[in-house]
Amino acid sequence: MSTAVDISLTVNGERVSRRIEARRHLVDFLRLDLGLMGTRTGCEHGMCGACTVRVNGKIARGCLLLAAALDGADVDTIEGVSESGEMRDLQDAFIARNACQCGYCTPGMLLTAADLLSVNPRPTRVQIREHLSGNYCRCTGYHAIIDAVEATAARRNATSGP
Amino acid sequence: MKAAPFSYLRAASLADIFVKWEAAGADARLLAGGQSLLATLAFRLSTPSTLIDVSRVPELTGISAGGGRIRVGALTTHAELGAHPLVRQQVPLLAAAVPLIAHPAIRNRGTIGGSLAYADPAAELPACCVALEAVIVAQSATGERRIPAAQFFTGLYATALGERELIAGIEFPAQQAQQRSTILELARRSGDYAMAGVVAQAKFEDAAFVDGKVVFFGVGETPVAAGAAVAALTGRSLTEEVIARAEAALDTDLDPPADQHASSEMRRHLARVLLGRALRRLCGKEEARVA
Repeated sequence: MSTAVDISLTVNGERVSRRIEARRHLVDFLRLDLGLMGTRTGCEHGMCGACTVRVNGKIARGCLLLAAALDGADVDTIEGVSESGEMRDLQDAFIARNACQCGYCTPGMLLTAADLLSVNPRPTRVQIREHLSGNYCRCTGYHAIIDAVEATAARRNATSGP
Repeated sequence: MKAAPFSYLRAASLADIFVKWEAAGADARLLAGGQSLLATLAFRLSTPSTLIDVSRVPELTGISAGGGRIRVGALTTHAELGAHPLVRQQVPLLAAAVPLIAHPAIRNRGTIGGSLAYADPAAELPACCVALEAVIVAQSATGERRIPAAQFFTGLYATALGERELIAGIEFPAQQAQQRSTILELARRSGDYAMAGVVAQAKFEDAAFVDGKVVFFGVGETPVAAGAAVAALTGRSLTEEVIARAEAALDTDLDPPADQHASSEMRRHLARVLLGRALRRLCGKEEARVA
């Protein structure tokens, strides 16, 4: 039986079609087949969060999804959300607070933090820690990351009013 | 850390699953949310020849109420389970369990059917099902079978499901007005599998603990019902002395395994601490602590 699968899906707003191996996970599909290197390959078993992307509007672990199963899906990566500018302020806050350090976990951190702010615009530091608890930063720069998320929430709330 | 090669088939309906499963051979595996399966494939702990993707099978989706029970389709994700109004109102223990399951990105994809079929001894939902006396609705090509949760978990990562039998849904009794329930766990990192966890449910009649269930997870090969602890509590008001007696009874109920995360005695200690906290919370003496 063939292990090749034909898929067609939307990545960062663009329709893409490929023939892939059934065992290809989404991160390898993005990086190796589409050349989108922003999504990181970390542990490849769901522990580290470096491969976090958005699938049909919800964050997911790219390493725990088969590309073959995503025929018809709508995937957003750090490249797409950077281009759209939807989290430019959060990215600026990461830079201002030196929350990137080596940068390896940053795309996953940004997508996860943006997900939190979309459902909870006024998170406490405890809630920020909890939402980011599945994302490892091996530089251990967690305080700066939480500062950046907190500062972004405060700035958005100041802009939009109470 | 790459899975071994396999073939991929997508099932369109419940009937189609069994047709494809029959044709694919004995080592084919079903893929639902994949949040445990893909990790085991990456480690090559499992090397199936074929994955049958059931994630788009409509018969396995949805949450509905009827006859005092809530039926949850096997493909319901943890995130959907925790957010659903029927679940929040009528089976609040499940809604309380969801934030303890893994991390947000995993809760968006992992399913209740997958969690129960995988039967990790440290997982929250199997213990909730046992405590709530849920019924697992199992489906094979030849028909449906209803398995009480207490009989479903037969060993380490082992269930009562037969060959080519899957979980179609789970039925939970709606929580009664006098019932209270809670779930607590301890893990080194929020969202990791618990070193020990407890689910407790009871009614209070004139402040006395009745019709109680105490089920631990992460301390045995399956969810472990703490019968001796419940016996020490039943019919009594939850004074500190009664709670201490129930904690001591866990020496009879639990024989936890040791691993790299915790020794057997440490797990036993954590179980006692968790039981005390859960009981104080059930009778309103202790608010939820923020970790």
